[in-house]
Amino acid sequence: MEQLIIEAKVENLEKVTEFIIESLEEMNCKPKIIMQMELVIEELFVNVANYAYTPKEGNCTVQKEFQENPRAVVVTFIDSGMPYNPLEHEDPDTSLGVEERAIGGLGIFLVKKNVDEISYEHKDGQNVLRLKKLF
Amino acid sequence: MEIKKELNGTTLTLKISGRLDASNAVELTNELNASLSGVKDLIFDFKGLEYVASAGLRVLLTAQKRMNKQGSMKIRNVADAVMEVLEMTGFADLMNIEK
Repeated sequence: MEQLIIEAKVENLEKVTEFIIESLEEMNCKPKIIMQMELVIEELFVNVANYAYTPKEGNCTVQKEFQENPRAVVVTFIDSGMPYNPLEHEDPDTSLGVEERAIGGLGIFLVKKNVDEISYEHKDGQNVLRLKKLF
Repeated sequence: MEIKKELNGTTLTLKISGRLDASNAVELTNELNASLSGVKDLIFDFKGLEYVASAGLRVLLTAQKRMNKQGSMKIRNVADAVMEVLEMTGFADLMNIEK
């Protein structure tokens, strides 16, 4: 397992994405899977950056692990901000028309759509969100 | 992300290239706020757009709501990776998209 501890700020988005994507590229992961992972990493990190510590600041720990048979990446996001389980957020109704569609809630919905497993726990005062993506 | 702007009468074309994500979506919001007054037809040309995340989708939805009041909005030249995100979120059905 490797980890990156970084200030939870949107400006650090590229560094966090790069941390995960560089490994996937080395393992010759398909471009489609890489794009889906970029999306997943962005949505989760930006959530922590925008909401976890507001109005204060804090760190986010991002861990990556790789599995064989089947080949998968497991990514864990850990923050010590406000307890928040994003998986409880109600999915947007994608059948609604333009005027009825809410502006929010799309990020976590995209995350759920693009991973194979995802779980949340609040442990030792920390939010721990773990996802698995087969590739 | 790069935004190229073309105004032809009341038709505004915005050519967006690169990545539309949480780090730059506000630039597109600002561009729209500054340019949409008096525009009847808004066209997004996504030929060079490689990636869109939810922050970008929110800008598109806000633009669609505004253009429904003052005219029309169309999205052109959408790459497969971007189309996938638009379809996943149901945006492909909400908006006028030419692949």
